[in-house]
Amino acid sequence: MIEAHGLTKRYGDTLAVDGLSFDVTPGRVTGFLGPNGAGKSTTMRMILGLDRPTSGDVRIKGEHYRRLHHPLRTVGALLDAAWRHPGRSARNHLRWIARSNEIPQPRVDEMLALVGLTSVANKKAGGFSLGMLQRLGIASALLGDPEVLLFDEPVNGLDPEGIHWIRRLMHTLAEEGRTVFVSSHLLSEMAQTAQDLVVIGRGRLIYQGTTDEFIDRATKQTVRVRSPQLDAVREALRGYGATFEEEDGAILVSGMDSNEVGELVFAAGATLHELSPQRGSLEQAFMQLTGEAVEYHAGQGA
Amino acid sequence: MTLLAVERIKLFSTRSPWWCALVALATTVGFTALIVGNANEQFPATVATTQFGYFFGLAVVMVLAALAVTTEYRFGTIRTTFQAIPNRTAALVAKTVVVALLALVIGEIVAFASWGLSVLLQPDFDLALNSTADWINVAGVGPIYALAAVMAVAVGILVRHSAGAISLLLIYTLAVEDLVSLIPNIGDDIYKWMPFNVANKFLTGDGASNAGRAADAGAPLSTSPLSPGWALAYFAGTAVVLLAVAIATAKRRDA
Amino acid sequence: MIEARGLTKRYGKTTAVDDLSFDVAAGRVTGFLGPNGAGKSTTMRMILGLDNPTAGRVTINGKRYHELHHPLRTVGALLDAKWVHPNRSARAHLNWMAKSNQIAERRVDEVLDIVGLTSVAGKRAGGFSLGMSQRLGIAAALLGDPEVLLFDEPVNGLDPEGILWIRKFMHRLADEGRTVFVSSHLLSEMALTATELVVIGRGKLISQSSTADFVARASENTVKVRSPQNDRLRDALEQASAELTAAEDGLIVSGMDSAKIGEIAAENGLVLHELSPQQGSLEQAFMQITGDSVEYHTGIEAEVAQVLEPTAR
Repeated sequence: MIEAHGLTKRYGDTLAVDGLSFDVTPGRVTGFLGPNGAGKSTTMRMILGLDRPTSGDVRIKGEHYRRLHHPLRTVGALLDAAWRHPGRSARNHLRWIARSNEIPQPRVDEMLALVGLTSVANKKAGGFSLGMLQRLGIASALLGDPEVLLFDEPVNGLDPEGIHWIRRLMHTLAEEGRTVFVSSHLLSEMAQTAQDLVVIGRGRLIYQGTTDEFIDRATKQTVRVRSPQLDAVREALRGYGATFEEEDGAILVSGMDSNEVGELVFAAGATLHELSPQRGSLEQAFMQLTGEAVEYHAGQGA
Repeated sequence: MTLLAVERIKLFSTRSPWWCALVALATTVGFTALIVGNANEQFPATVATTQFGYFFGLAVVMVLAALAVTTEYRFGTIRTTFQAIPNRTAALVAKTVVVALLALVIGEIVAFASWGLSVLLQPDFDLALNSTADWINVAGVGPIYALAAVMAVAVGILVRHSAGAISLLLIYTLAVEDLVSLIPNIGDDIYKWMPFNVANKFLTGDGASNAGRAADAGAPLSTSPLSPGWALAYFAGTAVVLLAVAIATAKRRDA
Repeated sequence: MIEARGLTKRYGKTTAVDDLSFDVAAGRVTGFLGPNGAGKSTTMRMILGLDNPTAGRVTINGKRYHELHHPLRTVGALLDAKWVHPNRSARAHLNWMAKSNQIAERRVDEVLDIVGLTSVAGKRAGGFSLGMSQRLGIAAALLGDPEVLLFDEPVNGLDPEGILWIRKFMHRLADEGRTVFVSSHLLSEMALTATELVVIGRGKLISQSSTADFVARASENTVKVRSPQNDRLRDALEQASAELTAAEDGLIVSGMDSAKIGEIAAENGLVLHELSPQQGSLEQAFMQITGDSVEYHTGIEAEVAQVLEPTAR
């Protein structure tokens, strides 16, 4: 459980985070979205006690990070996989972290095995690929068997198999009742990963709730209808006063759910070949709702 | 010409050449001021002594030249370079030429600044450039810097890592040549043919620019048996061979 | 048009790319997929003449890279956005590249504008965020208005707006008739971007086909049906020997297309509330096809092998 209340961070004249309040609940994967410069990293760092809020506070299980006893046993975080000493081996990197929070040493080897780095455990981390560093970072986040996990762009540098693996890992962690808070720019990936969302823009909360509701709120829902008796369907829809458009021999109905359309088509005695509710994508919803809060708008001409 | 312009943009769009030029000037001129300023009847200032600090500038110029290529490897821009100019020989030669020209200019500025400062500091000594030997001793610094830069670029291409290339160059120029002369029996014979010793021969010849001063009181003269003209040719030849080897290696290698 | 024929690259004992042949056609976005260590980067570098093939050849519009006159005007590439001197300004970086291929200096300002970096053009590239470096890399790729474009993980470091922008941009480049070859690990993103796929594993070709065919080949097509008369619908479909699985609020039908199911429902006078053909994901297809392949080396094993034997780049 993470609770932020009126969290504010000011750097000189710049307000990076502005009165941000949100909750991250256990047992679900919560995505943390926002354009570049929206204040996501700053918020993550304040959760971990690395940056001090100008005002407001953020607590983990009711405590400030700095007051947690053996914090790594409560919160595991992967912020930047490159934060390691290049001359130190993977095992020694995890050993000193384990030692600092009195985590038993066998846990180090368990975690190395979990992320698939056992065979290179004694190699210098300086020679690791980005994907391997990412796995090492995940191993260190999981080291203290924490109830709360924070991941910043976890799929960075991972290949398709690795991406699939970490997505399943996050779901498993959530199913075990842990709090999983993931920040990412990859919306097509987040749509498959996060059940809940916290969306911010320019340091302020834009949305907090389920992913499904976020998409429904911002995008137009349509129902796609295909039928050998399209004329009859059209007529029925007109008679009902529905709005629709046509596309590649199919009808796209808006403003009605598929149940209603199904009943209507049935009443008209037409056969259906398709009746599929079309959902907007998380990306469309995100663009719609964060529209004005972006850092650089790329030009349109070529 | 296009490729030279490309390398010129690359070189001068970072600040390091300016810093290197400044450091070369400051160290060389500073050292000269120290030596010449302390000249007296017993240790008179000569045209040769005004160039006493030339070695410091040389080291800085070689570091600059090596960095011009090793930073390309360090930051991956060498791949962009070869992508833009797949003819690696042309790309690397252009880089070498631009760096060498810069070294030449730095060399001339450093040499004449040192000489000019000396004239101001010691107006009582005869520091006028009266002979060919005097002229070579001062104006010759530029060509030596340029050729040394070519060698440094070559070493940079071969080694690719900044730290490695720079330590190799500095250790060689500061220590290895002198240490060679310590080898019993053959040491002195080998030393006669060491490139920087030969370069020194070009600059100071038989000591004519050191005139009016006891030879054993000044810097030791080069032991090279070559004439100044041949000495320059030998030094240039060494640089060109080294560069050719480096470019041949770069062409074979994966970028 | 990129053509690879028998392309092979060996580093010592390790074969990074093994007899690889494929074509990348103009006018489409072609995705280049494979696990880490499969040889994608090496292949990209050989296309650009940065690495020399041990055997085989790869040509661009019929020519090898080093035979191209002013290559940046034919091929633009973004391989690693960090390949910029940190103390050089964005504009200076593009200036020298433009100069090297005799591209008008005006074009530098144009591409800076396209990627939205005009306001920071004079700033040191070393201070750029990953997203900004990425945009600079894209600007460099576009500089020569090339017919062929190569991108390696183009969305790296970009935020959602940047990701959407680059995807649309790649589509537009392809629509203009250019050849666009994109390597990426983000399958959900590639599903939206690439219409063609080249898939490799352990340096060998696993598949070359359209994205739709690739997905269709691997994943079973199912249809989701919901009806207020669920039980009667189930009976009717079972009679027609469809394979059924119960879903949370309806049925998942396999082995029958949605039109046929609709006909059966109509014949039996059943109301439908939903009748949606379900498409498999590119990820499912990728896992299935590469999982079957003997050539497929799981990414982490290949990466680990590279650390254990540093010669195997």
